[in-house]
Amino acid sequence: MGRRTPLYDLHVELGARMVDFGGWDMPVNYGSQIEEHHAVRREAGVFDVSHMCVIDARGARVRDFLSRLLANDVARLTTPGKALYSCMLNEQGGVIDDLITYFLDESFFRIVVNAGTRDKDLAWMRPVAAQFGVELTERTDLAMLAVQGPRARQTVAELLPPEQRAAALALAVFQGRQLDPWFVARTGYTGEDGFEIVLPAGDAPRLWRDLNAHGVKSAGLGARDTLRLEAAMNLYGNDMDESQNPLESGLAWTVSFDDPARDFIGRKALEALKAAGLKKKLVALVLEDRGVLRGHQKVVTPAGEGEITSGTFSPSMEKSIALARVPRDTGATVQVDVRGKLLNARVVKAPFVRQGQVLVR
Amino acid sequence: MSNIPADLKYTKSHEWVRTLANGDVEVGITDHAQGALGDLVFVDVPEAGKSLKVGDAFAVVESVKAASDVYAPIAGAVVEGNAALGDQPELINSEPYGAGWIARLTPSGALPGLLSAGEYQAHLEAEG
Repeated sequence: MGRRTPLYDLHVELGARMVDFGGWDMPVNYGSQIEEHHAVRREAGVFDVSHMCVIDARGARVRDFLSRLLANDVARLTTPGKALYSCMLNEQGGVIDDLITYFLDESFFRIVVNAGTRDKDLAWMRPVAAQFGVELTERTDLAMLAVQGPRARQTVAELLPPEQRAAALALAVFQGRQLDPWFVARTGYTGEDGFEIVLPAGDAPRLWRDLNAHGVKSAGLGARDTLRLEAAMNLYGNDMDESQNPLESGLAWTVSFDDPARDFIGRKALEALKAAGLKKKLVALVLEDRGVLRGHQKVVTPAGEGEITSGTFSPSMEKSIALARVPRDTGATVQVDVRGKLLNARVVKAPFVRQGQVLVR
Repeated sequence: MSNIPADLKYTKSHEWVRTLANGDVEVGITDHAQGALGDLVFVDVPEAGKSLKVGDAFAVVESVKAASDVYAPIAGAVVEGNAALGDQPELINSEPYGAGWIARLTPSGALPGLLSAGEYQAHLEAEG
């Protein structure tokens, strides 16, 4: 038996198919995964993301700690509540995890890391935190729901007391705020607008039922994966890991070299890689032939071989799409070895889908 | 609880077999199998004339989640693959024992020992 979130019993009651995900028993779908996907693109869906790990970092030098720990620069966080997406690198520039950190005040940042990496992340973070006198607290007392889709924010707002409603709706993109007893942030992993809500574990089942009663569909990890892949968002462990650096994982935009004095972990290795010349890149693919792209399939190009890192069937496009790590000089078309057959795929500009609109034809 | 019609035969790898009036057999995947795979999005059906041994992977069913081989429950020759699955792979989800059939085969010998509905039910329970 795996670890369970505070919503486990409710998932079972709702008829979810439960699977192991990074050591957690999680709902993969409640019925049709494709219907859950469309609900999020067209209306609203709710995901249990309580398996992700909320870590509160407190101390007078917490900003200096994160400036050292993260490849993105927390100096970009000037407004309280603002969130930053970043990789956490090892000394070789490999990705230990990708995470989101929220700036709450000058002595308090909140960090959200992946479920499957929480133990190694904490083991990595603690000695660095100690150097800066920062205290890390795992918030196992909290649950987290992601409510996503064009109707998501309005529906969540209706469930808040009137005085908090306006504050929630006023949140800018990538901005969060404590609306006691909830922490509400306008973030997500679907390519749709929406909120992620961190709340006391005991309150989570009632909120879920209230959302269902207001027409928000329960959605599982299956739909979460097709939605994030259509949005061309990386999944840790698939699209990057400790053997890969962010610059060859489509994440150069999250690495900040702007401040020459900022000595973040992994910086020297990344600068050496850049000086030597990057060899690979992560690209978005659309399959032209019939079939389905999957992780680890071989990509064949005139510039050399590559590999699919994430592949699926896109419910919005009704075609197969993928992310792939390929040679830097890869052109506009590639072939993919799908179960022994070489199928044709096209390199396209990411994302595939954003806010309900298919961007790739 | 998955649906297991009493008039069909089954394999441990979750195929079902229906004997047709002319002695040919129709093959598909069980309700349990389609439920485990989730929404089907692509089916590679076999071409007519293909000769199969018991246990040959003769079709591929792909859901949003995963690709899975379908194994020949009997030896024989493919009479027909279900062309309707090309445009409507979801027929396997909605009617796994009906419109979602995958292929029709002409057996090349006696039918091997397949599971009865009750035996398949017991197999599912044992698999957990």
